[in-house]
Amino acid sequence: MAAPMLRWGCVGRCWALACVDRGSRHRRWAPNGFTLSGRRGQNSMAPQPVITAQKPRKGEHEWAAVVGLEIHVQISSNSKLFSGSHVHFAAPPNSLVSFFDASLPGTLPVLNRRCVEAAVMTGLALNCRINKKSLFDRKHYFYADLPAGYQITQQRLPIAVNGSLTYGVCVGNKRSQVITKTVRIKQIQLEQDSGKSLHDDLRSQTLIDLNRAGVGLLEVVMEPDMTCGKEAATAVRELQLVLQALGTSQANMAEGQLRVDANISVHHPGEPFGIRTEVKNLNSTRFLAKAIDYEIQRQINELENGGEILNETRSFDSRLGCTVPMRDKEGKQDYRFMPEPNLPPLVLYDATSLPAGADSQQVIDIDYIRERLPELPSMTREKLVQQYGMLPEHSFTLLNEVGLLEFFQNVIKETRAEPKLVTSWVLNTFLGYLKQQSLTVSESPVTPSALAELLTLLDGKVISSLAAKQVFEELWKSKGKTAAQIVSEKKLELMQAREVLAQLCQTVMEGHPQVVMDVKTGNPKAINKLIGLVRKATLSRADPTAIKKILEEKLSS
Amino acid sequence: MPGVSLLNLEFKVNKNDDRSYSKDLVSAGLKQGQITPTELCQKCLSLIKKTKFLNAYITVTEEVALKQAEESEKRYAKGQSLGDLDGIPVAVKDNFSTSGIETTCASNMLKGYIPPYNATVIQKLLDQGALLMGKTNLDEFAMGSGSTDGVFGPVKNPWSYSKQYREKRKPKPHGENDDSDWLVTGGSSGGSAAAVSAFTCFAALGSDTGGSTRNPAAHCGLVGLKPSYGLVSRHGLIPLVNSMDVPGILTRCVDDAAMVLGILAGHDPKDSTTIQDPVKPFLLPSWTDVSKLCIGIPKEYLVPELSSEVQSLWTKAADLFESEGAKVIEVSLPHTSYSIVCYHVLCTSEVASNMARFDGLEYGHRCDINVSTEAMYAATRREGFNDVVRGRILSGNFFLLKKNYENYFIKAQKVRRLIANDFVNVFNSGVDVLLTPTTLSETVPYLEFIKEDNRTRSAQDDIFTQAVNMAGLPAVSVPVALSNQGLPIGLQFIGRVFCDQQLLTVAKWFEKQVQFPIIQLQELMDDYSAISANEKLASVSLKQ
Repeated sequence: MAAPMLRWGCVGRCWALACVDRGSRHRRWAPNGFTLSGRRGQNSMAPQPVITAQKPRKGEHEWAAVVGLEIHVQISSNSKLFSGSHVHFAAPPNSLVSFFDASLPGTLPVLNRRCVEAAVMTGLALNCRINKKSLFDRKHYFYADLPAGYQITQQRLPIAVNGSLTYGVCVGNKRSQVITKTVRIKQIQLEQDSGKSLHDDLRSQTLIDLNRAGVGLLEVVMEPDMTCGKEAATAVRELQLVLQALGTSQANMAEGQLRVDANISVHHPGEPFGIRTEVKNLNSTRFLAKAIDYEIQRQINELENGGEILNETRSFDSRLGCTVPMRDKEGKQDYRFMPEPNLPPLVLYDATSLPAGADSQQVIDIDYIRERLPELPSMTREKLVQQYGMLPEHSFTLLNEVGLLEFFQNVIKETRAEPKLVTSWVLNTFLGYLKQQSLTVSESPVTPSALAELLTLLDGKVISSLAAKQVFEELWKSKGKTAAQIVSEKKLELMQAREVLAQLCQTVMEGHPQVVMDVKTGNPKAINKLIGLVRKATLSRADPTAIKKILEEKLSS
Repeated sequence: MPGVSLLNLEFKVNKNDDRSYSKDLVSAGLKQGQITPTELCQKCLSLIKKTKFLNAYITVTEEVALKQAEESEKRYAKGQSLGDLDGIPVAVKDNFSTSGIETTCASNMLKGYIPPYNATVIQKLLDQGALLMGKTNLDEFAMGSGSTDGVFGPVKNPWSYSKQYREKRKPKPHGENDDSDWLVTGGSSGGSAAAVSAFTCFAALGSDTGGSTRNPAAHCGLVGLKPSYGLVSRHGLIPLVNSMDVPGILTRCVDDAAMVLGILAGHDPKDSTTIQDPVKPFLLPSWTDVSKLCIGIPKEYLVPELSSEVQSLWTKAADLFESEGAKVIEVSLPHTSYSIVCYHVLCTSEVASNMARFDGLEYGHRCDINVSTEAMYAATRREGFNDVVRGRILSGNFFLLKKNYENYFIKAQKVRRLIANDFVNVFNSGVDVLLTPTTLSETVPYLEFIKEDNRTRSAQDDIFTQAVNMAGLPAVSVPVALSNQGLPIGLQFIGRVFCDQQLLTVAKWFEKQVQFPIIQLQELMDDYSAISANEKLASVSLKQ
């Protein structure tokens, strides 16, 4: 199984569909089990591995967990979804607010073309069916940072539906095996972001910042096809990579450009699905995984102790590492959905439906966008495997670490060393140093050029790999020096002059006649002792193969 | 339809149409320098003061208007007039956003609210050099059919003080100056109608969601135009029902309405529901051959509540077209009877949604209660909205509840489609224009009007007008004749969608035939100021 530390397997897939009403999705999912879609039958036929508790007590049942995600992605665009206000992170409060954003009466929404294109690109990249006609709806609730009293979203007919995202989970002792998994994408909908409420407890007042109000969001709804925190976190990471490759979102979780809500429930295999909870406030993939795993375990414990799971919203406390019930700002709301009357249906075209002579500024052509999609992470990884002969798991690591692929490609560009050598150095040595010191690639003291130079020296047998490690450590510590400088300062070059090496071999042979005799009298392995002695004499600066060759010549003469 | 021939209902067919109050004529006077924009503006301002008791205006923008007049005057002096509207006084219903000018919707909720931007239609008027005289009264948030339910009090119909009405009305025991039987204007754009009717401006903007422009136009003897949905931008019009709202135009003749429509119409990038195609000015021919026309008379509009006078005029109007060679046929709009209840569901639902933004946070009224955000919302909205608005919000939210949505909102939408299709079918059968009454009868005294509640009144009064809004069609109410009581009666023409030009052409021909009399306000003016203002205005335009 994907996550050995967890005690459940992937089972049901139908529970997210249970709450769907009129093909719509509601934030507050209804308790499971009262409606079941036809999908259940299909999925229950699939082999469903179930992992029992590690220390099964007598009579204890197995547990299965299901995890679905709702992901809000801020669209990377110059202006907001329905107004001309600019979009910037951390701008002064209320400096990016148009009359529409502040919901002044009489203002009307005007759809931002860029946001629609971003939604189409994302939908295509996630293998969705793009709806040629989609609709906007109003979702009503009173909240101070929602100035209009409703959010414009796509409840009835979203822009993209029925997609999938394939992601790879590394498993095994050394995480050396990649298992490919797929999560179904139920839909992608365009909607408005809300503003931000800033609570000043000291003066007991709430301040509102509307800079974010009306920024375009893509809500990506993932079916509950995941079974644990790690799977969810990996799927989210893959989505992040896709969005970044497309340029449709910066997808930075820390800046709130990608926000994840997880819906989690547990049940006994073969039984109806459990009541789900929703966990919010997950601002990194690491916390996402932790929160989900915590919540699954909490639910299991609760049920095993005879308790019950409430259909509630919980938030993850990253300091305590646990989920706690949230004072639910939305409560058991009835959102009173209504069609948005100020926006005509959003109509998209493809090559066959494009009206003749249509103004390309007025229409969006799905095929045109499809043809221009950039390379997606799965393709990038495939190319890496083919081009450089690296293992699939290496290609995953290269993409998953921010900036690592670019670093790798820059090294490749500048070095004469073999790609395999580069892969090994980047993924083992370089990444190891980064991890050890908790640095990001961009914070690395070693530049791609410096590493490239070092690997060129290694590849050209100017230095030994042992010496190379030493040079790397020096590069890490002393910024500004080149590999060549360090090699020369520390006298780390391999002995290239054959005569000098031959002389050293001669000296060693003369100093150890017994070993020489051993070799000559039929113990060829004894030559290794001589090689070691010569290497020691060179302070490890000689290539062992070269030493062996000289010794063999001398011994056979 | 049975024809009731009453002598005073006969049309005064007169081919010499020298109606003295057309804006075109004033405009000509301005061009020839017979009157300056400032003089014109001052005359209107003085009339506004004299007719203050009508309560037509919520805000009079005297300084703004005089400044605009001054600029207009400079343009005329240089021979650089901006066009037909340059220097012409206009008024605007107080639910259009006006930059720097208080916009209240006749509600406590928006008292003191000064928008930072102009509605697109306002901007277009200003760009043409029109003089903004002020913001006119209405029912709170345009919810009503009498202009009686605004926070600033009811609007009085100028016809209450007309010679025509006063001569016919029964003498009151309390004496001649008794004002208790004053008449309502209809609504909700009653302030705009009263403003134009009392000569305080030459055109006014109303809004029309279920008949709010056409109804007061009919009751005040004016032309009331509801353009096709999507022809005129709603940006800056504080919404009642977004999917039905249209800025309306109130004028004293069809040509003026067409001219103003020509200025307002066209795509607005700020309103995604406006048409993309370019719009040409609406120029109406002075002579029209109606013999090729097919006029439809919807049989469902002959309801028992229809007054015999209106019915008679309707018949005569049909006969008039027929006598000129037009084909007049009875048609059926079978879903008409469902229109009112369908409208109620759709209207209140959108109202519930549109009113959600009035929470006291960003703008408008905010109560003093601050124990919690929720308590603040509740008190703000209770204090800010009147009973009618609160009632509609409540019903709208009920219809939108998840458990009710299917049974009410979805059904109402389906019925709306059926109603719209009724019109499509009729027009597809070859009918060019429909001819219907605008209202059931002439206007009634205020004391009579308030015997019924707002909801009942709106349901009754919108009966002939509101299906048009459901279908997005253009419609115009044209004053036809005076009733037995000396009060105006209007008939409505309904056109094909975006065939506003054809509709207005027919309306203009009809207007010319019927020769609706000018309101005679001498008595009013004598009573209140001893100045016969309308004669003065008439003389203004007659100078040319």
